[in-house]
Amino acid sequence: MEKFNSEAGSILVNELNATFGSGKTRIYEWRISQLNQLFKLLNFHEQEIIDALRNDLDKPPLETVAYEISMLKNSCKTAIKELKHWMAPEKVKTSLTTFPSSAEIVSEPLGVVLVISAWNYPFLLSLDPVIGAIAAGNAVVLKPSELAPATSSLLTKLLAEYMDNSSIRVVEGAVDETSALLQQKWDKIFYTGNGKVARIVMAAAAKNLTPVVLELGGKSPVIVDSNSNINLQVATRRIIAGKWGCNNGQACISPDYIITTKDYAPKLVDSLKTELESFYGKNPLESKDLSRIVNSNHFARLSKLLDDDKVSGKTVYGGEKDESKLRISPTILLDVPRDSLIMNEEIFGPLLPIITVDKLEESFDVINSGPKPLAAYLFTNNKKLKEQFVKTISAGGLVINDTTLHLAVHTLPFGGVGDSGVGAYHGKFSFDAFSHKKAVLYRSFFGDASIRYPPYTKTKMRFLKALMTGGLLAIINAIFGKS
Amino acid sequence: MNNNGLELEETVKELGQYFKTGKTKSVTWRKNQLQAILNLVHENEDAISKALYQDLGKHPVEAYRDELGGVEKSAQNSLDSVEKWMAPTKSNIPLLFFPAKGEVLPEPLGVVLIFSSWNFPIMLALDPIIGAISAGNVVVVKPSDQAPACSSFLANTLPQYLDTNAIKVIEGGGDVCEQILLHKWDKIFFTGSPRVARIVMTSAARNLTPVTLELGGKCPAIFDHLSNPSDFKMAVKRIVGAKWGICSGQACIGIDYLLVEEKYSSEVIELLKKFIRKFYGDNMVESRVLSRIINKQHFERLCNLLKDPLVAASIIHGGSIDETNLFIEPTILLDPPLDAEIMTEEIFGPLLPVITVNKIQESIGFINSRPKPLTIYAFTKDDTFKRKIVAETSSGSVVFNDTLVQFLCDTLPFGGVGQSGFGRYHGKYSFDTFSHEKAVMHRHLCLEIEPRYPPWNKFKLEFIRLAYRFNYFGLVLHMLGLKKHN
Repeated sequence: MEKFNSEAGSILVNELNATFGSGKTRIYEWRISQLNQLFKLLNFHEQEIIDALRNDLDKPPLETVAYEISMLKNSCKTAIKELKHWMAPEKVKTSLTTFPSSAEIVSEPLGVVLVISAWNYPFLLSLDPVIGAIAAGNAVVLKPSELAPATSSLLTKLLAEYMDNSSIRVVEGAVDETSALLQQKWDKIFYTGNGKVARIVMAAAAKNLTPVVLELGGKSPVIVDSNSNINLQVATRRIIAGKWGCNNGQACISPDYIITTKDYAPKLVDSLKTELESFYGKNPLESKDLSRIVNSNHFARLSKLLDDDKVSGKTVYGGEKDESKLRISPTILLDVPRDSLIMNEEIFGPLLPIITVDKLEESFDVINSGPKPLAAYLFTNNKKLKEQFVKTISAGGLVINDTTLHLAVHTLPFGGVGDSGVGAYHGKFSFDAFSHKKAVLYRSFFGDASIRYPPYTKTKMRFLKALMTGGLLAIINAIFGKS
Repeated sequence: MNNNGLELEETVKELGQYFKTGKTKSVTWRKNQLQAILNLVHENEDAISKALYQDLGKHPVEAYRDELGGVEKSAQNSLDSVEKWMAPTKSNIPLLFFPAKGEVLPEPLGVVLIFSSWNFPIMLALDPIIGAISAGNVVVVKPSDQAPACSSFLANTLPQYLDTNAIKVIEGGGDVCEQILLHKWDKIFFTGSPRVARIVMTSAARNLTPVTLELGGKCPAIFDHLSNPSDFKMAVKRIVGAKWGICSGQACIGIDYLLVEEKYSSEVIELLKKFIRKFYGDNMVESRVLSRIINKQHFERLCNLLKDPLVAASIIHGGSIDETNLFIEPTILLDPPLDAEIMTEEIFGPLLPVITVNKIQESIGFINSRPKPLTIYAFTKDDTFKRKIVAETSSGSVVFNDTLVQFLCDTLPFGGVGQSGFGRYHGKYSFDTFSHEKAVMHRHLCLEIEPRYPPWNKFKLEFIRLAYRFNYFGLVLHMLGLKKHN
């Protein structure tokens, strides 16, 4: 097959622009039919999806069903159920200044949009934005990650089979193909991945003034309170579920590190050890319930974090590696220094460092001294601490007494802030991310005030002031020359 | 303020530190600052009018209507509403996660940068500041150096009223902009041209800074046949007021060109001329009702638009220029060539091309074959046509039977799409533009759902399937072992 280059990109975009221009994708029935098709695709091809993810990441089937297929089905269902409601123009009140008038906000599709997705949840992160793009009535090109090749080719096959190919396409490839895509003029680019590529994407978008959504990651912290008698077992299990139970830590909202007090840390480590063993057995390298590391590059990157001199001797659990199988066992490091490698980049893998502080309040400073993370978690029963946490920690999302769960709640916007990204999606927020909110104001021909027009006089000025800022009384006063 | 790079760096650092103290997050601080803006406007009305007259020859009534009044209205509205805007909104959480509570909490972004433009140098500086303050940010504003009197007014007066630790004015031209853009901002709000917008967004990309771009575009006015003479008259009146009455056409939401059916064009043009005379008199330079062109460079740009011989031949009214006063007479052109610059570039001045079409419905195709404008105006009483315009064209906003009023409607988002920009502001939308919507979820440490955890087995898989379908009855059966696995 010929390589996808800039020329091919331009042909593709022209084709989709033509479809979009025909108005086909704007129609409610089209949107619904495509969402239904997507739902069907998910229903009929579960095993193939599970197999593809086994190939790409050795992802446990349950994780695939829970976090990719079921989440997508839910997104589809929500969109199908709510679409009419989302599409309806929103009536807004108009003020006295523009009386008599009526106004509404109409959601309209942006046009032809590009979705670039990531390898860690290659199905979810590809199709979830596509659901939003379709619901909002756009034509869409999806570029799945080349680092999850089985999923990428499965997506190509299934989308060609199920979706309307005059407006929904998949382009596979790596850097060259992505560059060719980024040279085109899009009406929106939705990117999930890392900050380095995000900068390239946004700079490319700037050439055409294309708005972007950037879904990135960051070091999402977990604070564990030692003073409020939390149920440590439950807390530990929830941390593990969010860390190793989410693609073995290769998830943008996985806990990256823990902060707790010095005296409590040993207790927490013990609890983590016990629960990890009950989940993954005595030899976690052999566990079928853990994903592997995606590829040798990432394996090497993670190994380097462990080999850093600054963390030598800090490993209190795990640390086993099997390079041939790309496996690293769940690993806990205690008391790592803050200037170590592992504390200065997103870990994105099965290593969990614990930072200890004398007083729990210090953990807020630790978090705020770094870039804003995508998520932050806190385990506590202390009401004051919760309030302080919500008030002082800036992150994409916060969860108290659990991890990662906010991702599954479609009534909450999902997205980052600062270094963890720009824009949000999920549920209605996805629809909004791919819509332009057009202001529409209806006026009639009566009720025209001559004050708007020259020649300008003092009376006009007075009336104008009343009209702009005052209420009815001020206007009446102005009419009678009282103010 | 002397803006060498070092000093700028210091300023940005100080602002960041001040933000970290959390002072700007309090509702009292926000309200105090908003009140201060109101005071500033009240107490400096004359000074502002004077500065606007100096920079643009803007008439005081125009200055009040388009700048001061808008700022007052916006500040008052924010002052009245900010507490409500700051409150978190509750989100519904599926029963599956019970007991849990979800909310969306707006929080300030941090240190934000505002670039304002020269055509409404007061409004377009203060209105975004109002949004930034309402949302609890610290702000740097860079007024346009092309409106120097207003720029220095802002630089001198803002510190007298506002918290100088949190709100700074940095004056300067292109070189200062370049320096400013080297820094890391938490948001950049830019009003201006697409050319500069590209530079701003490219710089923003280096730090993943979100941007709002308020640009312009060629805003068309569709003029349908209006059978009622008084409607017809009023429509033309509104067009004349909007084209020349706001900053002599130097406005991003000004009418760029008119679309009208060929058979009505002469009727429309005659009435346009009549209202031009009525509003602006015979001696327009002397009457001082019309703003002048901002500077020589723009004056020349506009004159060049008219120089194309085919364009010059299409002038049917006005066209006289006065270089010493930087004044261009309200000018009407009939069907200038569509590939001439006057029809491919945003005019941003007192020239009005009238483009004739056979059927007014063709306007939709005409507009759609060009970049998306900031606004589409349409004068029509035909409801089917209205619906068609809304559904089939794309623009920042659509206004029927009037002009410019969308700018004053706080409940409507103001902003562009495509070439006319992205992001929106005004009223609550300004607050949102300068806020991050933080998702917050509260859970308890009791009631644990065992199938969430490995080791995985078929039972847990089925459980999760049912849970995602929110099939609670199925879940109960499943837990009791009464449901068949599939």
